[in-house]
Amino acid sequence: MDKTKTPFSKDTKLAELMTDDRRLLQLLPRFGIGLGFGDRNVEQACRMNHVNAELFLMICEIYADDQFKPEREELLKIDMRDLLSYLKASHQYYLDERFPHIEEHLQRIIEACGQKYGPMLSHFYAEYKQEVMRHIQYYEEEVVFPYIEALLNGQRTDTYKIDEFEHNHTNIQDVLDDMMNILLKYLPGDILPKERIEISHDIIELSDDLNRHSLIEERILIPSVESLENAQP
Amino acid sequence: MKNRVIICESSEMIAIGLADIIDGLAQLDVVARLDSPEHLSEKIVTTEANLLIINPALLGYQNKEFLLQLGKEHPNVCMIALVTSCLDHSLLTPYNGIIEINDTRAQIISKMNEFAESKTSKNNDDVELSKRETDVLVAVAKGMMNKEIADQMNISIHTVISHRKNITRKTGIKSVSGLTVYALLKDLISEDDLI
Repeated sequence: MDKTKTPFSKDTKLAELMTDDRRLLQLLPRFGIGLGFGDRNVEQACRMNHVNAELFLMICEIYADDQFKPEREELLKIDMRDLLSYLKASHQYYLDERFPHIEEHLQRIIEACGQKYGPMLSHFYAEYKQEVMRHIQYYEEEVVFPYIEALLNGQRTDTYKIDEFEHNHTNIQDVLDDMMNILLKYLPGDILPKERIEISHDIIELSDDLNRHSLIEERILIPSVESLENAQP
Repeated sequence: MKNRVIICESSEMIAIGLADIIDGLAQLDVVARLDSPEHLSEKIVTTEANLLIINPALLGYQNKEFLLQLGKEHPNVCMIALVTSCLDHSLLTPYNGIIEINDTRAQIISKMNEFAESKTSKNNDDVELSKRETDVLVAVAKGMMNKEIADQMNISIHTVISHRKNITRKTGIKSVSGLTVYALLKDLISEDDLI
């Protein structure tokens, strides 16, 4: 990634942004920005789809450059409700699309492994998936997000504070790395090699995406919630 | 494990000064000082050195060949150039690191610590698990906690953790569930061992 390039701006053509870094494409559905945007720039495309352009650009920056860290005053410009719906849409994307896609490949590999290795591989994945669900669904969506929504509505509670946030994504990524190693290095070579190469691409992509997702939480969500917590009487 | 350092430098003043700085560091021991590269190879063998600090000026034009040969004979030795004069920079490329004559004590210390660390990890480049590491791996795969493993194997928790770090480095697998799969694939445990 070219670090010297200027940050994206609202005047940048959306199409230009997307060709600049193809990973940004997956952000469009999460923001509800439809295709067919023609030559509209970021601001126009965002306005058309009722998306907060500041937030959209900030998240694009994090995807394009993992060193990017927004300033405090920039964080004040974004709408927390938009951020929450973006995060939820990302979760949905992982659960509805990325994981099932990986599972489809994996299922074929598990079947080809037979009785000897199949069950343990299947168990390994099931355990991993459970951990992901626990973090995403039962923790973030049932504890953290409702807490933030309550804060936004002016309700204070003492049961939870954002500095307790579980940084569980590293764990989730570690297991993905382990899965890669098992699939590439340790499973006997003759078991569906093509399928295993394909699934590896998917795992790398998902792992990178989850990594950006946790950067968004660390650098946008948590500091924003902290200011919210401090701003109230 | 301490890193064993050989200093190869013709100026006694510089060699002694450098040895003095290095000897103060916890991870490093200077095991020999040589004023020429003549018996370097034998010295590396007899002292079991794994870090060599050598002045490239001593090697003259055969610098590269000499180092290549040395690297082949002693693949575990990390080579550091001790630069005391103006040198063609291309001469320095074969080295793993560089110390310069006007580096401060603090700079030398931080560089040496860095070399020592990179060395400890390179040192065990072999991916085969040792007997002890295999025992720890099996215990981890069976779901035992570090404390239980330490008690059972009669070693400290610290040692268990260090074995676990090595296991992860060698296998590339971090999670307990991943290590379990690895142990099963390597036939170190069977499904029946798992509760």
